[in-house]
Amino acid sequence: MAVAVPTPPDGSKLEEGQATQFSTLSPGQRAAGTFKRFGLFLATLVITFVGLTAITFFIGRFIPVDPVLAVVGDHANHDVYEKTRLAMGLDRSIPVQYLLYLKKVLSGDLGESVMTSKPVLSDLLAFFPATFELATLATIIGVLVGVPVGVWAGASKGRWPDHLVRVIGLFGYSTPVFWMGLVALFIFYGKLGWVGGTGRLDVGYDDIVSPVTGVLLIDSAMQGQWEIFRNALSHLILPGLILAYFSLAYIARMTRSFMIEQLSQEYVTAALVKGRSFWGAVWHHAFPNIMVPLITVIGLSYASLLEGAVLTETVFAWPGLGRYITQSLFNADMNAVLGGTLVVGAVFIGINAFSDFLYKVVDPRLRNS
Amino acid sequence: MSATAQSESLRQWLESDAPQSRRQAVYGNVWRGFLAFVKNPAALAGLIIIGFLIFVAAAAPLLSFGHSPYEQDLTHRLAAPNVTHWFGTDELGRDIFSRVVYGARVTLTIVFLVSVVVAPIGLAVGTLAGFLGGAVDVVLMRITDIFLAFPRLVLALAFAAALGPGIENAVIAISLTAWPPYARIARAETATIAKSDFISAVTLQGASTARILLKHIVPLCLSSVIVRLTLDMAGIILTAAGLGFLGLGAQPPTAEWGAMVSAGREVILDQWWVATVPGIAIFIVSLGFNLLGDGLRDVFDPKSSS
Repeated sequence: MAVAVPTPPDGSKLEEGQATQFSTLSPGQRAAGTFKRFGLFLATLVITFVGLTAITFFIGRFIPVDPVLAVVGDHANHDVYEKTRLAMGLDRSIPVQYLLYLKKVLSGDLGESVMTSKPVLSDLLAFFPATFELATLATIIGVLVGVPVGVWAGASKGRWPDHLVRVIGLFGYSTPVFWMGLVALFIFYGKLGWVGGTGRLDVGYDDIVSPVTGVLLIDSAMQGQWEIFRNALSHLILPGLILAYFSLAYIARMTRSFMIEQLSQEYVTAALVKGRSFWGAVWHHAFPNIMVPLITVIGLSYASLLEGAVLTETVFAWPGLGRYITQSLFNADMNAVLGGTLVVGAVFIGINAFSDFLYKVVDPRLRNS
Repeated sequence: MSATAQSESLRQWLESDAPQSRRQAVYGNVWRGFLAFVKNPAALAGLIIIGFLIFVAAAAPLLSFGHSPYEQDLTHRLAAPNVTHWFGTDELGRDIFSRVVYGARVTLTIVFLVSVVVAPIGLAVGTLAGFLGGAVDVVLMRITDIFLAFPRLVLALAFAAALGPGIENAVIAISLTAWPPYARIARAETATIAKSDFISAVTLQGASTARILLKHIVPLCLSSVIVRLTLDMAGIILTAAGLGFLGLGAQPPTAEWGAMVSAGREVILDQWWVATVPGIAIFIVSLGFNLLGDGLRDVFDPKSSS
């Protein structure tokens, strides 16, 4: 990731080795800059979200399925059909229809699911905790393993830890996640019996823990149901580890390149010359400087896991958003598919934009530019 | 002149610092790129894998040794790998080896179709935005940014669901979400190229915008676009396989690797080979494109190699 070279306010180029001037602006001016940036962030977010709704609207409007028939059924007579068509606003012009759709979406109305005959939004809220649990566990593992491994690789450029990270990355970018899930299920559940199978719990444990947060590990721990906690963990660990691998591969690779960039800077050489140990310089001088871009990378990785969970959830019959979307697909339940796409898309866009914004606000070099 | 002396002089001609003609300069560049590329064993391995994929796709009828990828044999369904069926048989008794071999054709088709759709869209949007600038630039790049911000798999899923299952629709769905990075690359390249003296020269000679874009700018953007396309190809193959796995890609009885993995899902605990073998094929081909892409990037764009 390229970081723009900071330029002093008078527009002159910084000479090599010249100290970067950070605080030429008064605190008030800086706050105004952050405020402006926040405004820009919000505007970008709104435009992107409007674009997303335009696409879901477009898909929903032009699918070969007749939206009226989906509501009234095949056997409705002509009068009922016409009435419903008018009630749905399908006689209006396309832009007006889009505005009506936008109004509905903004008021939280994503239509009703044909599959569950409940409002799509309440379905999505019910399915969300399972995905959240999975993606969060995967990201935690990805960060705990990926960051140290990436730092290690960056600090040993050209030696075996560096090659190891490259190989981990290559495998991560080349392996179909759904296939890896199946093979892992075959080995660790089928052959070795180390973990629970598909789903979130064994059949006998269903519905014992009353949902509070929807995150089974938290709910069962709160209610002292440790047997269920263990069972839930044994089901969670395999899909969690598989998603964690992809997160780890990405985080380690990015950490590595940030680290290489920082270690080539003069302040590191200065610290070494003054007698700092190599790993002391790595962890105490270089590492604090890569933390900001790392936050962005972790944010991006988390967002992509929410999306990447679609295939993993399908393989592990994990009742989350991804499985909800694919199940709805098979049932031609377009309201649910588009609602799910919209919600996953909005969360994805939100996290991405926020990590990007955070990056620009926290990094002092970009703050004043 | 002996053969060695001849090849020696050819080498000198290629490696000359002062090419006498445009042709010599072009060939020299290609030759130097080739030398750098061959020095990189990973990239070479990638090239060999892709070459092998193309060979398998072309020679599929020969390589399947008399087995048809579609012929069902219900008395021998789910047979373990053996002498007649090297990779065993699937739930309908079809030979998995020949299905994997024919699957190479499907994968290559998807790779080819996505490339011919995505590259022109990206080039058109990017070069127009970069060359015309102003309001056109702002609008086109804003649209690009919006598409770039979307979750690709979920959106491809929604598109494929709306368009109906099938390879063509999967290609359209993937392309609709895959073009934005190319527009960005093309725009960045165009913005620099447009400032060059030779563009001013052709403008003064009265060349039209279309001519400048097509004859002078697009060819110069092409190498970056191709490198990026190779790097993205693994992701595209994985997305296509994912759509196939969900039943939104190629339809039965087409031998598509993702769909084959999906078919083996039900029997993974007892007949592991049905799902495992096509998955390995997907992995190898993706790996090949990743290795090749990394190598091409190092050769053509030394700046971005990390």
